Amino acid sequence: MSDTSVHAAVHAAPTSFIRKYVFSLDHKVIGLQYYALAFVAVFTGMVLSWIMRVHLVWPNAPIPGLGWLSKVGAPGGVVTPEYYLQLLTMHGTLMVFFVLTNAPFAAFGNYFLPIQIGAEDMAFPRFNMMSFWTTFVAFCILISSFFVGDGPPLSGWTGYAPLSAVGADAGPGQGVGQSLWGISIFVFCIASLLGSLNFIATTLDLRTKGMTLSRMPIVTWAWFITSCIALLAFAVLMPACLLLILDRVAGTSFFIPAGLNVADHIQPHQGGSPLLWQHLFWFFGHPEVYIAILPAIGIVSHILICNMRRDMLSHKVLIYCMMAIGFLSYMVWGHHMFVSGMNPFSSLVFSFPTLMITIPATIMTLIWLGSLYGSNLRINSASLFCLGFISMFVSGGVSGFFLAQPSIDIYLHATYFVVGHFHMVMGVAAIMGIFAGTYFWFPKMTGRMMNETLGRWHFFLTLIGTYAIFMPFHYLGLAGNVRRYSAFQDDYLIPLIPVHKFITYAALFTGAAQLIFVFNLFYSRFKGPKASPNPWECTSLEWSTPSSPPPFDNFGGKHPVVYHDPYQYGVKSSTGDYVMQTSPEKPGVAS
Amino acid sequence: MATILQPPHSEVEQQRPRDNTGHSGGGFRDLVPESGDLRLVKDRADEPTRTGIWVGLAAIAMSFAALTSALFVREGSGYSDWTHITLPRILWFNTLALILSSLTLELARHSVADFMRGKQVSRSVPMAWLNATMSLGLLFVAGQYFAWLQLRSEGLYLPTNPNSSFFYVLTGVHALHVLGGLGGLTRVMFKFRSAALPLRRSTMDATSYYWHFMGVLWVYLLFVLWLKL
Amino acid sequence: MGGKIFAVLIVIIALASAVPIISHTFLGASVTPPEDISTHGKAIDEQMSVTMKEAGISFLAAQLILGLFVWQFANRKTGATKTFPGGATAMVIVAFLFVGAEVLALGLVGSKAWATVYFRPAAADAMQVQSQAGQFAFYFRYPGPDGKFGQIHPDKIDEGNSNFFGLDPENDIAARDDITSGELVVPVNKEVQLLMHAKDVGHSFYVRELRIQQDFVPGLDLSVHFTPTKVGKYEIVCTQLCGLGHYNMKTYLTVMSQEDFDKWLKSQSS
Repeated sequence: MSDTSVHAAVHAAPTSFIRKYVFSLDHKVIGLQYYALAFVAVFTGMVLSWIMRVHLVWPNAPIPGLGWLSKVGAPGGVVTPEYYLQLLTMHGTLMVFFVLTNAPFAAFGNYFLPIQIGAEDMAFPRFNMMSFWTTFVAFCILISSFFVGDGPPLSGWTGYAPLSAVGADAGPGQGVGQSLWGISIFVFCIASLLGSLNFIATTLDLRTKGMTLSRMPIVTWAWFITSCIALLAFAVLMPACLLLILDRVAGTSFFIPAGLNVADHIQPHQGGSPLLWQHLFWFFGHPEVYIAILPAIGIVSHILICNMRRDMLSHKVLIYCMMAIGFLSYMVWGHHMFVSGMNPFSSLVFSFPTLMITIPATIMTLIWLGSLYGSNLRINSASLFCLGFISMFVSGGVSGFFLAQPSIDIYLHATYFVVGHFHMVMGVAAIMGIFAGTYFWFPKMTGRMMNETLGRWHFFLTLIGTYAIFMPFHYLGLAGNVRRYSAFQDDYLIPLIPVHKFITYAALFTGAAQLIFVFNLFYSRFKGPKASPNPWECTSLEWSTPSSPPPFDNFGGKHPVVYHDPYQYGVKSSTGDYVMQTSPEKPGVAS
Repeated sequence: MATILQPPHSEVEQQRPRDNTGHSGGGFRDLVPESGDLRLVKDRADEPTRTGIWVGLAAIAMSFAALTSALFVREGSGYSDWTHITLPRILWFNTLALILSSLTLELARHSVADFMRGKQVSRSVPMAWLNATMSLGLLFVAGQYFAWLQLRSEGLYLPTNPNSSFFYVLTGVHALHVLGGLGGLTRVMFKFRSAALPLRRSTMDATSYYWHFMGVLWVYLLFVLWLKL
Repeated sequence: MGGKIFAVLIVIIALASAVPIISHTFLGASVTPPEDISTHGKAIDEQMSVTMKEAGISFLAAQLILGLFVWQFANRKTGATKTFPGGATAMVIVAFLFVGAEVLALGLVGSKAWATVYFRPAAADAMQVQSQAGQFAFYFRYPGPDGKFGQIHPDKIDEGNSNFFGLDPENDIAARDDITSGELVVPVNKEVQLLMHAKDVGHSFYVRELRIQQDFVPGLDLSVHFTPTKVGKYEIVCTQLCGLGHYNMKTYLTVMSQEDFDKWLKSQSS
């Protein structure tokens, strides 16, 4: 029987490079691995978007290096119509799965959830390691589609059947590329389920003494709620991908009806339903977008509380709102299908819960704004990105008023209005949450501070840039500009090209601004000024670890005891205006 | 003026007692020992294992709910190609085997618990029940395979018609999960027999819950198949 | 400093964002729905207008308040804090009462506009035209003098010989007088029922001026009906990603006077 004393545990940290940094069981390392993967994915996705935007306004311009990646898709570096769609598909798939599900949730959640509840690690460290490496395998399978046959699929990240199901007849990339996509997502589902399993079990069972559920910080709650949603959502996507793969390789007809003539080949299928794919996919897909945004909501709220030096008007109401959103998210999937041919009565049925989600979202926004009132908000890079998040969340959210109504959706469906909506409310807002989390937690993860001046430049340029890119998408949508077009040749689209040019310039500008962040991240990692263990003077447990980065078992052999609710700010204490959750000190009332 | 709080007694008393930890109640596990051998790392196998298995079962249930709804949608879509297939007789024997295996597993579980509490000295009785469970489980999977062969002999393959597609998918996915359960059972048996890696009660419990769920799930699937196919 | 810069910036961004909505132009382009030429579109446009006002007010109010509060309460010299009157309870009540009522109203009123398009069946005397969407073109078919459409045989589709629908005129009497066209031509002020058939993958029928959008779903017999009220030529574009030619999959809806339409139809059948 191995020595299980506390002292032995501290000395028994892994020593080999492989155990420490590659196949590590340590949730902190795994969190960083997820972050690194998301980092690679986001830059790949961003580059893809640059290529797309450049092609849209300069269709004949050769993109340097692209001809090497695909002689067929981009001969001489000039993007073909099919390759545009293939890049578009990969952009969406990478961003939604490998960035937005990974970074705010798997990366930061893995790193900080156990610490915030006073645990030494996740409940199942081996499953945790497996979940990261399975995600990595899914990533590799997806990326490999660039290098096979005629490239990645062109059916979009939504992969609607029968386009995605009939095989190579449907177009370039629809052979091997689409199959690789299906397998990659299937594998991703497994990884995600393992991760959610860990989060839920850890949150329920590994809280330290005194850490009741109501004493958990809001961001911990956000990760917990997200993992509950993710568990059920990915459990539906998995069989959907399985059925799609079977239609493709085994001749089944789950999604392919009879009598299809694709490229002069009659497809040997009968009686499947394309709408079935849409139902299964969006039953997953809608909760997925809340999986993408809820952790960011938690992160932003947590950081704002610390920087305002007082709790929100009620952080518990925020938690209830997150739960309400999570619950409602399972009832609205049909709003992606208003004009899909499903029963029009169903469209009305779906539109009401969709509109109802406005209520918790509004409560949250009002609480954020109302909490800012009369506060004394510290401005730093992290809090600025939180403010940017609120702004983006509102901007992206109000366009939802339109799309939630079937009658208006008749006009706006499949236009740039939708693309603007989800990029703002999910893409940019969540990315701002990720940035906020990075600036905020960098000192704890590395022991150094990021450069504040560079951080502010990064923020302001990104704020201006992302508005410049995505606000005009709504105008295009109002003009009826259809999405997923690789070129604008229709009569009514030609006058809109100047708008697209503006957007392209904004996109390239914003992309360049991210280099400030990249530089800051890497430079500060090695040369940044050393940080104290609690530079932001925060109360939650991650700031009570004896060192930054925390030791292998998070608390240096001690087991923290929690005495307080999470946000004791604005009180009189021996440390200043706050009392840490693990401090036995009773907060005095601030004068 | 700072006062020192006492540790929150009420929270301490309300926590459930944990076995073989010997510390103040936070998370504890053996971290990677000096040998670096990953196999010696124990995942926390106390309450988290039990919680974990329920969480996992929720996900599995959801997956089968998705497949069931796909089946209902397809059947209700009004195409005239929904032809009834007769369920192979062997399915009923397989069901019996699976249900019996749940019984033997329960007997094994109680027997293992007795052994660990010291009420029983010999490992042989628990091992016998575990072996019985394993055999019945393997019998089930083999029987499912025979059911497939039966359908194939009637000319019903995976893509033949929608009924056969769903039959193969539902039974196939279930059988895969049963194989996973057999894997878990193997691990339990291996740990039980070894002195160096003691089996924890919660691991035994979790494996059992999973196995019973496979049985319940099978009965449900059989009902759906009988009703719809 | 950073807080004040943020506050000013957010106000500028909010106001700048509102300008194209109010002026209906951005960078010289018109960014508003085109003129409505349908009988059902008015309700949709009104709904859009009401929603725009409500969304616009919410948007501006939120961004301006955000800017104001950050300007007032960021990095203050004094630490004294005050709480928003009413606290979280007020926010919950406001959200339920105002926003809840507002979105409920939007939903209820909007459902009427939806119902006129989708819940009302086509008129008994609506002119039936069949459309087929396939990679990457739309084709339309008129039933001809016999008023019946011939059967579609997917295996007989032969684009080289202009047999887009896969008709079998030799064996199918009803197919003999069917008129196929690459454009949708209809008479003004008469209800049209468009029967929709997908040849290969999913497509969608979108005419902005008609305020109509409906997917073509392989395996499903769908239809939409509309009444165009103005003579002219309008673009029909595909809005459901269907493959590499999706961007180019388009044709025209030509609305003619009844006279001109009859002449056109006659000229097609010869």
